[in-house]
Amino acid sequence: MGYDKFKILKSTAVPLAIENVDTDQIIPARFLKATERVGFGDNLFRDWKYKPNNKLKKNFVLNDDKYSGRILVGGKNFGSGSSREHAAWAIYDYGFRCVISSFFADIFKNNCLNIGVLPVQVSAKFLDIIFKEIYKNPKTLINVDLEQQTIKIEKTNFEENFEINEYKKNNLLNGYDDIDYLLNLKKSIKEFSNQTPL
Amino acid sequence: MGQTLFDKVWDSHVIKKIDNGPDVLFIDRHMVHEVTSPVAFLGLKARKIKVLYPEKTFATADHNTPTRNQHMPVKDLLSKKQLEALEENAKQHKISYWGLGHEKNGIVHVIGPEHGITLPGATIVCGDSHTSTHGAFGAIAFGIGTSEVEMVLSTQCIMQPKPKKMRITVNGKLSNSVTPKDVALFIISKLSTSGATGYFVEYSGEVFSNMSMEGRMTVCNLSIEMGARGGMIAPDKKTFEYIKGREFTPKNDDWLRAMDYWKTLYTDHDALFDKEISFNGSLIEPMITYGTNPGMGISINEGIPNSDDQDGSKKTFLKSLEYMNYNEGDKIIGKNIDFVFLGSCTNGRIEDFRAFTKIVKGRKKAPNVTAWLVPGSHKVEKAIKEEGLLDILKDSGFELREPGCSACLAMNDDKIPTGKYAVSTSNRNFEGRQGPGSRTLLASPIVAAAAAITGKITDPRKL
Repeated sequence: MGYDKFKILKSTAVPLAIENVDTDQIIPARFLKATERVGFGDNLFRDWKYKPNNKLKKNFVLNDDKYSGRILVGGKNFGSGSSREHAAWAIYDYGFRCVISSFFADIFKNNCLNIGVLPVQVSAKFLDIIFKEIYKNPKTLINVDLEQQTIKIEKTNFEENFEINEYKKNNLLNGYDDIDYLLNLKKSIKEFSNQTPL
Repeated sequence: MGQTLFDKVWDSHVIKKIDNGPDVLFIDRHMVHEVTSPVAFLGLKARKIKVLYPEKTFATADHNTPTRNQHMPVKDLLSKKQLEALEENAKQHKISYWGLGHEKNGIVHVIGPEHGITLPGATIVCGDSHTSTHGAFGAIAFGIGTSEVEMVLSTQCIMQPKPKKMRITVNGKLSNSVTPKDVALFIISKLSTSGATGYFVEYSGEVFSNMSMEGRMTVCNLSIEMGARGGMIAPDKKTFEYIKGREFTPKNDDWLRAMDYWKTLYTDHDALFDKEISFNGSLIEPMITYGTNPGMGISINEGIPNSDDQDGSKKTFLKSLEYMNYNEGDKIIGKNIDFVFLGSCTNGRIEDFRAFTKIVKGRKKAPNVTAWLVPGSHKVEKAIKEEGLLDILKDSGFELREPGCSACLAMNDDKIPTGKYAVSTSNRNFEGRQGPGSRTLLASPIVAAAAAITGKITDPRKL
């Protein structure tokens, strides 16, 4: 199935300056009981966002009106833990289209790419600068250009390139998905399967 | 130049290499459970396509199942709906399905090996990060997201860039009371939870060759906790003995042909890894975690480290200690605990129950400790009863629950209450992992047993 194309995203960003944010924080397991991909955004960072009595925790960044936007900026090793794609769905469903960090866990990164959320890996130094600029001015705009593979903090000279493989880049730019690609390889897959011993 | 075990298995499964893109990898075995599969099946429905090779996919219910009264209708309506969706999807697509109450039911990573679905040289995936468990047999096994579950159902392939290769060698003789779990927690504490991200690990050295298959599964299971997509161990005599004669293992001439192939599955002496790490196994002590990620582990008699000595941010480290209500420099030994959980795909196999039982035999469970003993499968449950372990456990004040993932991820009712401490043989100590506000200390079945007896963190060697 296709998803929204990703070309250029210019947005303010939400700073979550914590390392090792794991998928159990992004979406706790008790919210994985759905049989459809709906409503996960409400439970994004559920236990950091709400007290046990369901009142908002005022000091959590998603509850701070100062910060908003379609970009989430996280600390090093973002998305570690489980393979639950629900974590990426929750981020998408909440309204984010891009996650920036200095390091991503593997499966989480793949899951994001597969649903049209762009994980942008920047240097540790650049990540620090982004956090500082957002804290200084929450209206700071960040410009993520997938075609050029650049990330720039608007009205500053801070800019960096990021890596993404050509295949995935092309998918995101055009809203293509892997299954359509694989379905076109069916003949080779069947030939391969006929030879495989297992 | 020679090839690594990983290269041999990976390269032989690549259908197509995409320039500056991922490899198209053929998948031999696919396992699905109720939580990460329903949206994938909806995708098939929307595309109006069928499962390409239903005989290569196996379905079981484990994540979201009760561990009591499994013969009764499931009370939680959302869980019930998810379980019914799996059953319906399996039926519609002619996938073998071992649902709740089925004699072959259990945790996906426990039943795969038990029934010979897990084989050397195979590519195995499942929508669960602990799929790395199956690497113990010399398979390439790793967890995938739901989009990829849909890919495998529809095309038996996924698209993955080939990971880099790391070899972790542990030689030496393990001390008394040091288990495979301790070896894994030790390695993760040295590498951190992101130290192997981007790599596929091969474990080698005498510690792993001396380990039972169950122990190897525990080690490979925890590969993901250092960020590795998976970990594997070259198959040997023990591997072949374990799989021989199991339901889905090749038979007769097929077995002989398979053995010829499996015997080629080792890393050539001149093969190169992107990274090599080695440890002295004789220095490893019983381990326990004190924080909120599996890399925050220490040997049981050590103190909690100081935030100044951490590689990561001080803020994150202190946030973690605050959550646990521990202080820098605190001794972990002697800390009070409230719950003990024995089970999960990490330590829910028969060997784990034997180890636990050996410690508690002739002793009594501490009155302040609630213990949940959850076998990884019905097969494990049956063995616990047949070997007489259940009688010993009962005499010591323990009871046995029915199989499932249970308190490892606390999707069902098995939730550790807010603020309570649980010594858990599972794999993750993340905030709220075992229930909102729960505090988890990861350890081996032996350390868990000692804690269950005394009600506090105890060195099993001093019990």
